[in-house]
Amino acid sequence: MVTSTAHRLAVLRPNRWARLGALLLLAYVVYATAQMDVSWERVAAGLHNAAHFLNRLFPPNFSRWELLSKGLLESLEIAVLASTLGIVLSLPLGFIAARNLMPGWASWPARLVIVSARSFHPVIVAIVFVKAVGFGALAGILALTVASIGFIGKLFAEAIEEISLKQVEAVRATGASFMGIVAIAVLPQVFARFIGFCTYQLDSNLRNSTMVGIVGAGGIGGTLFAAFQRFDYDYVCAILISIIALIMIGEMVATYVRAIFIDGMTFAEMFHRRLSALGTRPERRFDDE
Amino acid sequence: MNDVPATHSWRRFTPAQRLARFTVYLAIVAAIVTSIQTVEIIPEFLSDAPEQVADLLRRMWPIDVAYYPKGVHAALMETIHIASLGTLLALILALPVGILAAHNVCPFTPVNLVAKLILVSSRSVNSLVWALLFVGIFGPGALAGTLAIAFRSIGFVGKLFGEALEETSRGSIEALAAAGAPWASRLSFGYWPQVKPSFWSIALFRWDINVRESAVLGLVGAGGIGMTLDSALNLFQWNRVATILAAIFFVVILAELAVTFVRKRII
Repeated sequence: MVTSTAHRLAVLRPNRWARLGALLLLAYVVYATAQMDVSWERVAAGLHNAAHFLNRLFPPNFSRWELLSKGLLESLEIAVLASTLGIVLSLPLGFIAARNLMPGWASWPARLVIVSARSFHPVIVAIVFVKAVGFGALAGILALTVASIGFIGKLFAEAIEEISLKQVEAVRATGASFMGIVAIAVLPQVFARFIGFCTYQLDSNLRNSTMVGIVGAGGIGGTLFAAFQRFDYDYVCAILISIIALIMIGEMVATYVRAIFIDGMTFAEMFHRRLSALGTRPERRFDDE
Repeated sequence: MNDVPATHSWRRFTPAQRLARFTVYLAIVAAIVTSIQTVEIIPEFLSDAPEQVADLLRRMWPIDVAYYPKGVHAALMETIHIASLGTLLALILALPVGILAAHNVCPFTPVNLVAKLILVSSRSVNSLVWALLFVGIFGPGALAGTLAIAFRSIGFVGKLFGEALEETSRGSIEALAAAGAPWASRLSFGYWPQVKPSFWSIALFRWDINVRESAVLGLVGAGGIGMTLDSALNLFQWNRVATILAAIFFVVILAELAVTFVRKRII
């Protein structure tokens, strides 16, 4: 009895290290807030501003819908082409980077390429490409291609590293060539996950393609930023609503593609499922970056 | 179940499945072809790209190391503060929303739907857009950046935390309920110990993402190193740009190493 009471108290007693951690965290918050000159007056003034700002956002102004749809279409094109290029390039790169298939001298350089493609935000990569290939959609396409290589390449290489080697062994025992092993023993094991990465990346590219325009790399982002700088807030609101609609449609399409390729669904089944499960949204497997 | 005729040829997919796949392939090809045909690419720009890249590298080298202490360091620290404070704020705000979104913790479907709507709208807006909105409200500066990071992260943290809550096992919670524990005690002694590891892992993951994202918020005026980058870009000071990019690269790598280290130690 005594031991059990003591045990229960030990469970309820706050952990000394957790307390220390919380204290340090609090100290950091105070320090960082002081560093950033965030004051209550500023917050209060901002909140006062917010009502005014929201008033100017609504109602959204769709009168320049031609410019709007042109920008959205360009964003869509950037996303499609960047995803295509990114997928095509990251397939071989992912293979080379997989340490269970390739010797170290081949996989390390490929891993280095993938890591450096991942380390910068797409918008920063877009700045460099705007300088290299000029303003316009091409810079956006190249920037998002780099981002796609970083993401798909990394996850694809990890998926290959996790495959079961039994099939590889079996196919190798039949005297298959290296390419034969890849096609028959490796690819079928990672295909479903690869489709998942690709649809996810298409979705993510669509989100970012609406943003690279801020630095001049094409798409709706340029229009958005220009409208914002002109204090043309009702147009900003129209652009934002359109971007969100585009992204939600993209997310839906990605879910359908995954259902068709990964779960082997047919159109009829999808229609029935939609009818029977109205309200429950299909889950996404990742969340970006 | 049916008798299979001797001449039956086995196929992996049914005709309906093949139709669905074929439609997707067709749509992909159509999308790529129309995109290539309609996208505006100026060939002249493409042809002198190598020259421009060489020029860029020549202007970037040597990188302006002397600029780091006077111009970059403070902004870099501000970026890290934006990412960290934004993540903390998001954690505080996302905890209740995540709890309300989990059906087993909060068994009221309308409340779940409202919480999920909050999470979806937070995630559908890019952090740069959140930054634009907060710059409009609070004016340029780190406050707008911190709020942008926080509002973008609520959806991410809340969604994953809510899912973690929904995956908890019923055992200990039923035991607590049987002992007459109130809702708050069930939450802190039944659910929390089960989701604690995933909560901290979500927090670390999001902080890592936020360090990357906060570096670009300055491009729209929301504070941090992006503002320094923007002014260096506008003045064509490419050797300073190179310094800033190197600093960002370094911090991103350090953050990733730190996250890996902490995750190994704690979780």
